[in-house]
Amino acid sequence: MKDMAAGNYLTDDGRQIGGVLMEMRNITLRFGGVVAIKDISFDIHEGEIRAIIGPNGAGKSSMLNVISGFYHPQEGEVWFRGEKRPPMKPYQVAYQGIARTFQNIALFNGMSVLDNVMTGRLTRTKTGLLAQAIWKGKAEAEETENREFVEKIIDFLEIQAIRKTPVGRLPYGLKKRVELARALAAEPKLLLLDEPMAGMNVEEKEDMSRFILDVNDEFGTTIALIEHDMGVVMDLSDRVVVMDYGKKIGDGTPTEVRNNQEVIDAYLGVAHD
Amino acid sequence: MAPATQHIPQTIPQLLSRNVRQFPDKPAYREKEFGIWQSWTWAETAAEIDALALGFLTLGVAEGDHIAIIGRNRPYLYWAMVAAQKCGAVPVPLYQDAVAEEIAYVLDHCGARFVIAQDQEQVDKVVEVQDRLPGMEHMIYLDPRGMRKYDHAKLTQYQDLQEKGRAARAEFQPEIDRRLATQTSDTTCVMLYTSGTTGRPKGVVLSNRNVVETSRASSEFDALRPGDEILAYLPMAWVGDFIFSIGQAYCTGFCVNCPESPDTMHHDLREIGPTYYFAPPRVFETQLTNVMIRMEDAGRFKQWLFHHFMAHAKKVGPALLDGKAVGAMDRLKYKLGELMVYGPLKNTLGFSRVRVGYTAGEAIGPEIFDFYRSLGINLKQLYGQTEACVFITQQPDGQVRSDTVGVASPGVELKIAENGEVFYRSPGVFVEYFKNAESTKDTKDGDGWVATGDAGFIEESSGHLRIIDRAKDVGKMADGALFAPKYVENKLKFFPNILETVVFGNGKDRCTAFVNIDLTAVGNWAERNNIAYASYQELAGHEQVLATIKSHVEEVNASVAQDPMLAGCQVHRFIVLHKQLDADDGELTRTQKVRRRIIEEKYGDLIRALYDGSETVYTETEVTYEDGRKGSIKATLRICDAKTYPVGDSMNMAAE
Repeated sequence: MKDMAAGNYLTDDGRQIGGVLMEMRNITLRFGGVVAIKDISFDIHEGEIRAIIGPNGAGKSSMLNVISGFYHPQEGEVWFRGEKRPPMKPYQVAYQGIARTFQNIALFNGMSVLDNVMTGRLTRTKTGLLAQAIWKGKAEAEETENREFVEKIIDFLEIQAIRKTPVGRLPYGLKKRVELARALAAEPKLLLLDEPMAGMNVEEKEDMSRFILDVNDEFGTTIALIEHDMGVVMDLSDRVVVMDYGKKIGDGTPTEVRNNQEVIDAYLGVAHD
Repeated sequence: MAPATQHIPQTIPQLLSRNVRQFPDKPAYREKEFGIWQSWTWAETAAEIDALALGFLTLGVAEGDHIAIIGRNRPYLYWAMVAAQKCGAVPVPLYQDAVAEEIAYVLDHCGARFVIAQDQEQVDKVVEVQDRLPGMEHMIYLDPRGMRKYDHAKLTQYQDLQEKGRAARAEFQPEIDRRLATQTSDTTCVMLYTSGTTGRPKGVVLSNRNVVETSRASSEFDALRPGDEILAYLPMAWVGDFIFSIGQAYCTGFCVNCPESPDTMHHDLREIGPTYYFAPPRVFETQLTNVMIRMEDAGRFKQWLFHHFMAHAKKVGPALLDGKAVGAMDRLKYKLGELMVYGPLKNTLGFSRVRVGYTAGEAIGPEIFDFYRSLGINLKQLYGQTEACVFITQQPDGQVRSDTVGVASPGVELKIAENGEVFYRSPGVFVEYFKNAESTKDTKDGDGWVATGDAGFIEESSGHLRIIDRAKDVGKMADGALFAPKYVENKLKFFPNILETVVFGNGKDRCTAFVNIDLTAVGNWAERNNIAYASYQELAGHEQVLATIKSHVEEVNASVAQDPMLAGCQVHRFIVLHKQLDADDGELTRTQKVRRRIIEEKYGDLIRALYDGSETVYTETEVTYEDGRKGSIKATLRICDAKTYPVGDSMNMAAE
């Protein structure tokens, strides 16, 4: 058995997993007296699909928000690409190459799918506001380039038919896909997915799973995801972190995690005496 | 330039080189990708095909090999067919929505050594059944997405193969030239599997003579020309698409446009504005339903405008199209309508530039037909078969009616047998059914006459052919009266609320029917009337829906009763089905035609209930999901009685 925690290996299906991309060291996050995350450490390797699971209120979303810079932990360090990350605003995190989707879809409802996805290119846009307002020369060329990239993503996620449709008119499953498209438009090094399959039917879940695997495979994007559906998590991810009441209770491959007694107790409940 | 050999091209590859000589820079193919229409000229097309043909030879494609092609309409796949022909191999296009089992049967039957698949989905289906196909050697795929991890020992990407072909030009070009030189009009052009309303699909072998002569004659019939545009969106495995998108396209040199994805078809249709268009009646029905639904959402003034001018169009539109005399005031008003209603509507539908439009495959409702004709769209009907390279009869401009299928196409002879079955003979008549001499003999006699399997007659006044029903479906009721289910079914299907229906009664004392509601139309009605439903099944069983369907059935009964010959076919009892009849469950063919025998077997319990007088019936039905898994749905269905009418008011002897 290869040492998965050390990284740098080939998965069974032939994907290259690299070294450590992001490392969380002894993170503790408190809201007043409530401890949301308690002394958690784990890492994410380049090219891997890493899942964070746990029962409701375990602190999964808080953890994702720490990674994406929405929350700042009181204790602990976040290391990204070999450097310790100073406290950052979310937009600064985005510029570093981390993109995310949200549990309760956060798209611009009045705008078309295309425009929504184009906003994802913002971190890749170099020309200034003024140049874009005049929209000549460089800014124009840049927009063309951005559009070309966005069209590739639209093709990839098979949303050509709704390119010009206002997002507000779309069903839930498609909105989720548009959100994924926007995140991908930023060409992220690390993609955070907050419950990508929540509220979906079986078919939509299967589609989404396929897209996640394809994104990882095609673009080599590292993915960290939170998901409730255990079946999905076990199928998709290379390694899983299990949280319960803000603590890490398991970390390893899906099989390891599945056989971990603490994890079983957390999910199935255990008699307290 | 070398003196061009002045012979008439006899094969598709020969037509291709002629087109490259005559109009190298005209567009041959367009496809929307990444939001933009990409196009290829005839010269570029020839170069792509050339590279692929060379690539085929590097894989060892031999003359007479079968190369299966599975995927949606994309230029690359059309090129693959012509590239196969250049190598002397026979292209066999398959239905892209076929499940693995069906694909396995066809691949095994034709002994395909090579398969060209569009994407991972299609590759997976073939991989699933590969164990049973010892003859299968290599697969070529177009879209690399998701396939990085596959074992590439027997897999090559399309563009990689072209690259290999270009690199090996010196080695294989002479061999291709040698093979091309031996090809004549008798060389097999393509093999198409018929969907088959009964039994296993049969491989129809069509020679270059069949395809090229039929395409040439039919192109002349409608004066098709270079510069025409078509949208290729119907299944590549269907003979019509082959004749339109390859046969006629290569004969006349017009441009074939491929949509971005199946879902964007209507949008792409608008952008391209084809001049030559084909669609089965279903597509026209759906479009009309959508227009009507959207009109109901429009403001009152717009609604008035629409209905006012549509009434006028109905009055004079068809006459104008047929070139008949129309008064000056009416003409003026039609012009005004064109400006305000017809023009914008045609633009929305993508029909602004349609010069020749065809529909075929099923009967089209007279209202639907007239709607499009009254807008000034030259929509016509044709009658055809795979075995005839499509064309048997078609309607000439100016002689268009909704209840006939036209006069014999150029070069086609017609005859009606004593039992009413239609026979034809033409240069397009197929060579044989592959590996099935018996069926070939049953269908085609020594003199080349082919049985269509349809019953019909030639109308004396106009010389047009009228089709009544499938010859084998026409039967007798218990009292000896004529039973023609399709006749009644078509009348029922003309109601927008009814998507599909199957009428029973052969050998019985009265007729009964299954009905499928149209989810678009009925769903929209439910929404308008605040009727909540959670599923197709629930909506189909709703009291008010049943009442509406009942009124439709009774209306049809009244109309059927006026034809003394067919008055016995009135529907006495019916069931609104809890699931949509589906090709995946084998209930319809891939071209969406009802498979009676299978439905009769599968729903035996429901048919019994229709005849034993019970009020409700409990049933469990097996369904197949798109990915091939099976499940079942349970339902208790109501059986409804419909009023029937006494035979023919003598006043209304003029049936229909």
